[in-house]
Amino acid sequence: MFLIDCPHCGARDESEFTCGGEAHIVRPPDPDQVTDAQWAEYLFMRNNRKGLHFERWVHVHGCRRWFNLCRNTVTHEIVAVYTMGCAPASVALAPSAASTKAAATTGGAK
Amino acid sequence: MTQPFRNFTGGRIDRQRPLSFVFNDEHYTGFAGDTLASALLAAGVHLVARSFKYHRPRGILSAGSEEPNALVQLETGAFTQPNLRATQVELYEGLRASSQNCWPSVRFDIGALNNVLSRVFPAGFYYKTFMWPPSMWMHYENLIRRAAGLGRAPDAPDPHIYDKMHAHCDVFVVGAGPAGLAAALAAGRTGARVIIADEQFDIGGSLSGARDVIDDRPAMQWASKGWEELATMSNVRRMLRTSVFAYYDHNYLAMVERTGDHLAPGTRLAQVRQRLWKVRARQVVLATGAHERPLVFRNNDLPGVMLASAVSTYVNRFAVRCGDHAVVCTNNDSAWSTAFDLSDAGSVVSIVDAREHIDTGLLAAASTRGIEVFVQHVVVAASARRKRVHRVEIARLHNTSLELLGPLRPMRCDLLCMSGGWSPAVHLHSQSGARVVYDAPRCCFVPDLAVQAARSAGAANGTFDLDFAISEGREAGKSAAADAGFRRRAVGAAPKVDVRRMQPMLALWQVPLPPTMQANKSFVDFQNDVTAADIQLSAREGYRSVEHTKRYTTTGMGTDQGKTSNVNALAILGDALGSSIADVGTTTFRAPYTPVTFGVLAGRDLGELMDPVRRTAMFSWHQANGAMWEDVGQWKRPRYYPRGDENMHAAVNRECLAARHCIGILDASTLGKIDIRGADAAQFLNRIYTNGWTTLAPGRCRYGLMCTDDGMVFDDGVTVRMADEHFLMHTTSGNAAHVLSWLEEWLQTQWPQLQVYCNSVTEHWATASICGRFARVLLAELNDDIDLSDDAFPFMSWRAGTVAGIPARVMRVSFTGELSYEINVPADYALALWQALMNAGARYGITAFGTETMHVLRAEKGFIIAGQETDGTVTPVDLGMGRMVSKAKDFIGRRSLARADSLRADRKQLVGLLTDDPHLVLPEGAQVVERSLAAPPMPMIGHVTSSYWSENLGHSIALALINGGRQRHGEQVELPLQHGVVKARICDPVFFDPSGARMNG
Repeated sequence: MFLIDCPHCGARDESEFTCGGEAHIVRPPDPDQVTDAQWAEYLFMRNNRKGLHFERWVHVHGCRRWFNLCRNTVTHEIVAVYTMGCAPASVALAPSAASTKAAATTGGAK
Repeated sequence: MTQPFRNFTGGRIDRQRPLSFVFNDEHYTGFAGDTLASALLAAGVHLVARSFKYHRPRGILSAGSEEPNALVQLETGAFTQPNLRATQVELYEGLRASSQNCWPSVRFDIGALNNVLSRVFPAGFYYKTFMWPPSMWMHYENLIRRAAGLGRAPDAPDPHIYDKMHAHCDVFVVGAGPAGLAAALAAGRTGARVIIADEQFDIGGSLSGARDVIDDRPAMQWASKGWEELATMSNVRRMLRTSVFAYYDHNYLAMVERTGDHLAPGTRLAQVRQRLWKVRARQVVLATGAHERPLVFRNNDLPGVMLASAVSTYVNRFAVRCGDHAVVCTNNDSAWSTAFDLSDAGSVVSIVDAREHIDTGLLAAASTRGIEVFVQHVVVAASARRKRVHRVEIARLHNTSLELLGPLRPMRCDLLCMSGGWSPAVHLHSQSGARVVYDAPRCCFVPDLAVQAARSAGAANGTFDLDFAISEGREAGKSAAADAGFRRRAVGAAPKVDVRRMQPMLALWQVPLPPTMQANKSFVDFQNDVTAADIQLSAREGYRSVEHTKRYTTTGMGTDQGKTSNVNALAILGDALGSSIADVGTTTFRAPYTPVTFGVLAGRDLGELMDPVRRTAMFSWHQANGAMWEDVGQWKRPRYYPRGDENMHAAVNRECLAARHCIGILDASTLGKIDIRGADAAQFLNRIYTNGWTTLAPGRCRYGLMCTDDGMVFDDGVTVRMADEHFLMHTTSGNAAHVLSWLEEWLQTQWPQLQVYCNSVTEHWATASICGRFARVLLAELNDDIDLSDDAFPFMSWRAGTVAGIPARVMRVSFTGELSYEINVPADYALALWQALMNAGARYGITAFGTETMHVLRAEKGFIIAGQETDGTVTPVDLGMGRMVSKAKDFIGRRSLARADSLRADRKQLVGLLTDDPHLVLPEGAQVVERSLAAPPMPMIGHVTSSYWSENLGHSIALALINGGRQRHGEQVELPLQHGVVKARICDPVFFDPSGARMNG
C-alpha cells in the first residue's frame, strides 16, 4: 500500500487513488497529420520500465484531481509528485525532490 | 486426568485455575496459562497428529508458531477451525480439539499404509504416476485429495464478529522478546508513538522459556518491569495475541489481534473475535526472534522428538517435563541449557554433541549435574515403541569429513531433544523487499540492508547472544525514534546481562547414515513429509533452482511455510548440486507469516454491508406493488411487477402491451445525470461526443454517442441544453460514475484551459417516465403551465413547469418508441409525483413497467444499450450510427475511425435476426455461423446481443453483431445451440414503427 503525497491534500493511502497509466503521452495535436502507425503508437504503446517511471494518478476518493508522480518500479519509492502540466525532466534529474510540488501550469501534457 | 509430567512449582501458569478440556474424546486438565500443547504434554500425550502424506504418527515439535506437526481441528459445528497449531492454541475451559488426517483414530490410522509403501512414493510421485491418461487426472486428484489432507473447513456460517482498525505510529516494534522490549522502551522514552505487538499471549519471547539472568534477577522480572513501564506511557500501545503477518510497501504492515480466541466459543460471541490492524509506521523494528532447526537423521519425526528450545520452554514456562529419560543431540551450545533445565527438573539426561571442541564451562556444568556427555557424537537414527521414541543409535562423527567413525551404539530414552542451529525469522524483512545473505559462521541467513525504514534487531538479525541482542534492540529503538524525529530525551541505561559466549557451531545439515540405512526416513519438512532423499532425488532429476525444487518436492509449503525446514532443505539441495547454500539462495517469503482467517480479512464487509445499495425515491412504491428486482450497478431497479400468479413472461407481455396501447410508467431515476456548466461547455461536449453540440439551442435535447480514443463506443445518452452555458448530460445507469471521471480526466489532463465544471446530480433529481397513447392527455391533466402541443413542445426538447403542483423539468424524449415524457423533479418530491401520476392515470390504464419491458420495447425499436450491444470493440459505424459521426470537428476517437481496421467491410455490424420459428427466443450470446458443421470448430460470423419475445409483434426478435451484417440483410444463418441448430434470417434492426411516427407524436 503506497503512501502517496497528493499535491493538493497531502499524504494519503494508495486506496484513495487510481492509477491512470504512463504520464506524458502526448496526444497528437492534429490527429489528421499523423499516420495510422503514429496514431497507434499514441493509443496503445506504453513503456514498461524497470526503474524510474512517470505515471498519472487521480485522487479519486479525495480531491478528485489528477497529478503526476515518478516512481521507481523496482523499489516502489515515489521520488517526485508534481501537478499536471509540469515537465518531467526537472524531477527526473533531481531524485531528492521527493516532495516536489511544482506550481500548476496550464498546458497539454497528458 | 492427572498431569504426571507437571512440576509442582515454577512456570508462568496459574495452578489455582485448572481448566478441563477434551482431546480426541478424552478428558484432560490443564491450567490457565497453558497452551493446548503444554497441557497435553503435562498429561504425557505426545502423539497428536498424523502426517500429510505417509500418515506417520507425529508429536509436538515446537512451542510456537513454527509448529509443523501438531495441527488440530478445534471445536465443532460453526465454531470449528482446521489446522490450528496446538502450540499456539491458548487453553480455555471446555476446549474441544481433535487430531486431523487420520481414520479411524490417531492411534490406529489406516492411511499409515502409505508409510509402509513410502519407497514407492518419492518426490514427484503423483506427477509421474497419475498423468496417464490425462483425462483421468481429475478423477485421481479427487482420490488423492481425500487421502492426503489437513483439517476440514466449517460448513456453517461463521457466527463471529470481526473488525478492522487503521493505525499510525512513529516506531512499530514487532516482537516483545528481549530485543523488542528493549527497542520499545528506548523508543517509548523519547516520546515517540510506539506500537509493540507479539503473537504470543505472554511477553518475553525467548526469555519466557529460558532461565537467563538480567540485572542479577530472573530475566522475566526485567521483562515484566519493562512491560509495566510501557503501560505507563500514553504514547505506547501494547498488543499481545497479535500476529504481524505482512509487511507491504511504504512501511505498511498488517496484523491480526486475536481478541476472542482464548475465550470459550459460547462466551466470545458478545465481542469481537479478531481484529485486523493496518498500520502505517514511520519506522519499524523487527525483533521477531529466530526458529530452531531440527537435525536431519533417520526417524527424526517420531513423537517424543522435539526441538531443544521447545523442551526448555515447556519446562521453564509451563512447568512441564516432556520426558523422564532425555537425550539432547546438538551441533551448537544452545541446547546444553535444555539439558540443564531438564536435569534440574528431575529428568535423566544425556548430551550427544557433534562437535570435537566443547566449552569447558559447559562440560563442568554437565559434570556437576551428573549428565553423561558424548562429545563428537551424533544421533544417527531413532526408533519407537507404542508410537513414541524409545531408543536412539549414536555414533562418532569425524568433524571435517563428516563421516561416521565406529559402530552404532544404542541408548534408551523417552524424549529426544534436537538442535541443528537457529534461523532468524527474516520473513517480514524479506517481505519488505530486502534481501537476506548467508552467514557461514552462524550457519543461517541474516537480513541484508533494509530497503524500507526498518531495522532488524536481536535474534532476528542473527544476534543470538542475549546481551548483544538487548543492546541491539535498544539501539534500534533509539535510532528509529530519532529518525522519526524524537531525539532529545535520554533512553535509560542498558541492563546488565549474564552471558556465556557461545562456541562455534558445526555445520551439520544431514547426519550421515551407515550403508544399511536410507535417507527416506530422514525428514526435512515435517508438515509435507519431505525427506532428505526426496530433495536429493529432485536434484538428480535436474531440478537445480530452489524454486523448482520447492514445487516439485513441496518442501516449505503448507501452513508453516517451512519455518523449521527451509534452511535444512536449501543446504541439502546445495550439497546435492555441489554448490554452496549461499549460491542456492532462498525461496521468496510472502505474506501471511502465519495463516489468517478469511473472517478477519472480510471484517464487517459482509451481506448488506458488502456493497452499498442504492434505492430510488420511489422504492417504497415499487416494493408495495410487488416489484421483482434487478441489480443495475448498485441500484435496485424494478424488473417487472407480477400481478396475481403471473410469471415474468406474462407480466412483461402485459406491461409491453400497456406501454404502447394505453400508458406505461417507468422509474428512470437511476440514469446518470451530470450537470455541466461553463463558458466552454458546448465546445467541451463537441469534443466528448461524436456528433455536434454547438448548434443545439437552449430548450432542446440531443442524443449523443461517446467513444474512447480508440474509436469504440463506451456510453450514450440524451443531453439537454438548459441554457447557453449549462447542459444536463444523461448516462447509462451503470456507467454514471465512470463517465463523470472520464469527463474530469479530459478536462484536467488534456484541456485544462476549457472553462467547464461537472457535477453529478444523479441523486438530486428523480425521474418518472410516462409513455404511450395517453401520455400527453395524462400530463395535461396534471399541468397547466406547459403548452404540450407538438409545435410548442416538439420531440427532443424540454420545458420547465409544474406537474401535480411540483416544480419539474419535463423532457420529451423516447427510449420506447412511443410518445414519452420524462418528468424530473427534486428527489424528495418524486414519490408524491409518482402517486399523483398513478392516481390520475388509473382511468387510462396506467401500468408500471420495469427494466425487462423497457429492454423489449427499446429492442423492438433497435435502440442499443451501451454495454449490451457494445463491448469495447464496436464503433458508431458498426452500430449503423455513421450519421452521428461528425465530419466537421474533432472529437475523442475520430482519428481511430479512419484506421484501416475501422474501415474493414467485414467488421461486426448491428443487425436484426428473425428466427424461422417465430416462437423461438434465441439465447443472448449465441454464436452465429453461416452453415452449421457436425462439430466445432466452425467459422463464427457473429453473436446475439439482445433477444426477446415481442408481444406487440407476435414473434421473437433479436439483435446481433454479424461480420459485414449490413450487406447481408435477408441472408439465412444458423445458430448451433445445445439442443439443435436454429435457423434465422438477417434483417434490419428496427422491428417496430421504422418511420418513428409514434414517438414524434
